[in-house]
Amino acid sequence: MTLLQPAAPTEQQLRAVGLLPAEYAHIRARLGREPNPVELGMLGAMWSEHCGYKHSRRLLKLLPTSGPRVVQGPGENAGAVQVGDGLAAVLKMESHNHPSAVEPFQGAATGVGGILRDIFTMGARPVALLDSLRFGLPSDPRTAYLLGGVIGGIGHYGNCIGVPTVGGEISFDAHYAGNPIVNAMCVGIVETERLMRAQASGAGNVLLLVGADTGRDGLQGAAFASNDDPEASHRGVVQVGNPFLEKLLLEACLGVLEGGTVLAMQDLGAAGLTSSSIEMAARGGLGVEIDTACVPRREHGLTPFEVMLSESQERMLLLVHAGAEAAVQRHFARWDLHAAIVGRVTDDGLLRVRDGREVVAELPISLLVDEVPAYELQTEPPAERSVPTVTKTFETPNEALLRLLGSANLCSRRFAFRQYDSTVQGNTVVGPGGGAAVVRVEGTRYGLGLSTDCNPRYCRLDPRQGAAQAVAEAARNLACVGARPIAVTDCLNFGNPEKPSVAWQLTEAIHGLADACRALEVPVVSGNVSLYNESGGRAIPPTPTVGMVGLLEDVSLAVGAAFGPDAVLVLLGEPPGGLGAGEYAGDGPFPRFDLEAERRLGNLLRALIQARLVRSAQDVADGGLAVAVAECALLGHIGATLTGDEGCGMRDEHGSVEVALFSEDQGRAVVTCAQDDLAAVLAQAATFGVPAMAVGTTGGDRVRFGTDIDVPLEALRRAWETVP
Amino acid sequence: MGVAPASPRIAVVQFPGTNCERETVRAIQAITGCAADVVWHADAFPSSTYQAVVLPGGFAYGDHLRAGAIARFSPVMDGIAQFAQTGGLVLGICNGFQVLLEAGLLPGAMLHNASLQFRSEWVWCRVERTDTPFTCACQPGQVLRLPIAHGEGNYVSLDRPRGVVLRYADAEGQVLPSANPNGAQDNIAGLVNAAGNVFGLMPHPERASEAVLGSTDGRWIFASLGRALRRPVATAVPALA
Repeated sequence: MTLLQPAAPTEQQLRAVGLLPAEYAHIRARLGREPNPVELGMLGAMWSEHCGYKHSRRLLKLLPTSGPRVVQGPGENAGAVQVGDGLAAVLKMESHNHPSAVEPFQGAATGVGGILRDIFTMGARPVALLDSLRFGLPSDPRTAYLLGGVIGGIGHYGNCIGVPTVGGEISFDAHYAGNPIVNAMCVGIVETERLMRAQASGAGNVLLLVGADTGRDGLQGAAFASNDDPEASHRGVVQVGNPFLEKLLLEACLGVLEGGTVLAMQDLGAAGLTSSSIEMAARGGLGVEIDTACVPRREHGLTPFEVMLSESQERMLLLVHAGAEAAVQRHFARWDLHAAIVGRVTDDGLLRVRDGREVVAELPISLLVDEVPAYELQTEPPAERSVPTVTKTFETPNEALLRLLGSANLCSRRFAFRQYDSTVQGNTVVGPGGGAAVVRVEGTRYGLGLSTDCNPRYCRLDPRQGAAQAVAEAARNLACVGARPIAVTDCLNFGNPEKPSVAWQLTEAIHGLADACRALEVPVVSGNVSLYNESGGRAIPPTPTVGMVGLLEDVSLAVGAAFGPDAVLVLLGEPPGGLGAGEYAGDGPFPRFDLEAERRLGNLLRALIQARLVRSAQDVADGGLAVAVAECALLGHIGATLTGDEGCGMRDEHGSVEVALFSEDQGRAVVTCAQDDLAAVLAQAATFGVPAMAVGTTGGDRVRFGTDIDVPLEALRRAWETVP
Repeated sequence: MGVAPASPRIAVVQFPGTNCERETVRAIQAITGCAADVVWHADAFPSSTYQAVVLPGGFAYGDHLRAGAIARFSPVMDGIAQFAQTGGLVLGICNGFQVLLEAGLLPGAMLHNASLQFRSEWVWCRVERTDTPFTCACQPGQVLRLPIAHGEGNYVSLDRPRGVVLRYADAEGQVLPSANPNGAQDNIAGLVNAAGNVFGLMPHPERASEAVLGSTDGRWIFASLGRALRRPVATAVPALA
């Protein structure tokens, strides 16, 4: 059977599938013929940034990906690290920015659905979700629509499927107005020896497509995600999520794995059946044959092209032993799911697509996967990198604290997280609202600390330091609950990498991630790259979101951020040196940041928590010390008095306390302890080489800093519970 | 944990979309000492095997149409209705409560929360009655700290239900509008039928059954059930005239 020889595509047709003329020329030369439209569509999808990482692949090699706990590094659907007791934590974060810009509810919902599938594809039961969200300013009229839709979509999906949403972050910045960021992270638990992989084996074994019927939804989403105008790219391409169907798929897939007849499992995400079948074959060094006529569909008249590139949600590709098909189909039928035989593994190294008896595409797997170009980025640092100066504010410290607590970036996130089920599965030890969340590993004493972090203000100022700071802040959040970082998943959100200024940001940020992960000894085991985040020709700020998982050997030792009564407040870390960029001052120099100091602080915090010496811990982050203390007071419904002479002993030579109160210099935390334990806490701090100072006590219903701030808790709460 | 063969058995029903069956089984086994099995919705209910049945939380059939509206037609429900009519103990938690309302095993109905949003938070509930198999281990007026997580918990009834067992309250046990998370009539968080053997509640006691989870108050509900199964409670619920 021979393929119809098509005419060479026009440049416009090439652009529609996201291929450059030079890329096409390579394909043409490799095949020795013109690819037909079905082949061209599949090549475009596989060679997109979204699937092929053609702009980021070389850089990603810089990241440390190995370590004693790593069970599965990058390259599979998700990474995995050992927890203990024969269990592994499986983690992954992924973006759904462009769909959410166009249709926030479904865009965010399907983002959650996709990341859940990445986890249970590995055979792991999802146990926690987190979401890192960034929007334009609240004053932008579209922000409320996007924010409401995204929160609604996340809740809709996560609540229904029964996986707790335990954390994440929300921030606002004018530069995200046309291109919001929706990064969803999921963590699952699996018995290490039952970890599933998506690697084809055994020519003749059978591919089953399970779950939803295939429609035209999301057609070519992968190619379009690599386009820099979300409105143009995703209108009409956004998929609709069905969390009920995914719940059935989740339970049915985890159940079928117990039977031992499933050899590999791969979810259908970007580029649908095309990428799932090709990736499975590529990992096994084999070939694959798909018959599109066998794919169950929800509408008539779908062409092979559409079937292969549909991004209909809630679908899974299973590879089973030849002969085991019927048993597997019976298992899925119990969950009202059909499992259709759509193809088989071959040993010829080719992807062959049939439509019934007719062969409609035939391409070497190696061309689709291994020969994706890896571009050297043309980078160019910004022409002028003058250090911005801090603008003087003319408010009193009292006014400043109330302003900060009521600001869009620092106010309580309760308006969002109370719409997410955070307690389902009965393992949530520390829920949303503080720094890191903690979930117990069911059936064990272990706990997982979870955090997502990125500060776009810092990243814009210095993408390298900013990315490193995101790693350090995540690690610090984990340390504050008593967890030791064991794995990172990242989501690199940037503008168009073909612009040298964006390429420079991306390069710098990946170096920063690598530096910090090496310094803190935490491997990057999975991740996602989201480029072309632009609107109106303007790129988003560099946004390397870090998702980190930490381990608590004994989850019952976890502490939260909330103050209790009658405790001593101890400030850990070097006193601040100046007022840099931050929520108080806006622009300014990069805050003081030292990875070695972060490492010492983390070790100290874990030692204090393990010895039960501290009752609460909170890092000093956005908004500085005053905001950190106020948050702990608000969470605990207990006031605090910082009594140090002259405003905590940190008044500068001009008599100003603003540095002490609002500096965002890094590497600091506030802990509370019993009066009787103070000496032990200070001694431990000295042992670990971390400066420590008792700065006050908790109690009462006011928050006071020397003579500079004195506010009733209720006034702080009114400001804090503003909905942006 | 070993369970003595003579010990009562409790069924935990799984509909498609149920998502709290695992932690509910765990809590029942740990607190009551009874055996607990997950029972599939499409099978007939084996009523002779079980002394109590629990409909756990979740989104049965995705809450399509209305929470519980489709699940009530599942094959297992006929047997559960008969089991209830003959005095068997039936506990519905959150989505299970909604299914019991749709099945007519409890009076009233659920509307969307007054906020029109899903609500996931910790609430306090005052125990209004202790003469039920589900609260017999509690003290009258006891205040339980429990989590809720639902979008349709705004209970309504044409008349004033007599079987109110739990009301949303503040930490001191005062039943106030400000303590009502969803707009439920008379702050109703849980109620029993006239015979007192069918109980539905919106909060999740299974998620508040260990100190590490932030509360052990949910244990009172399961401990009551366990006690009642071993030593039946005389319920003095006045019959609806």
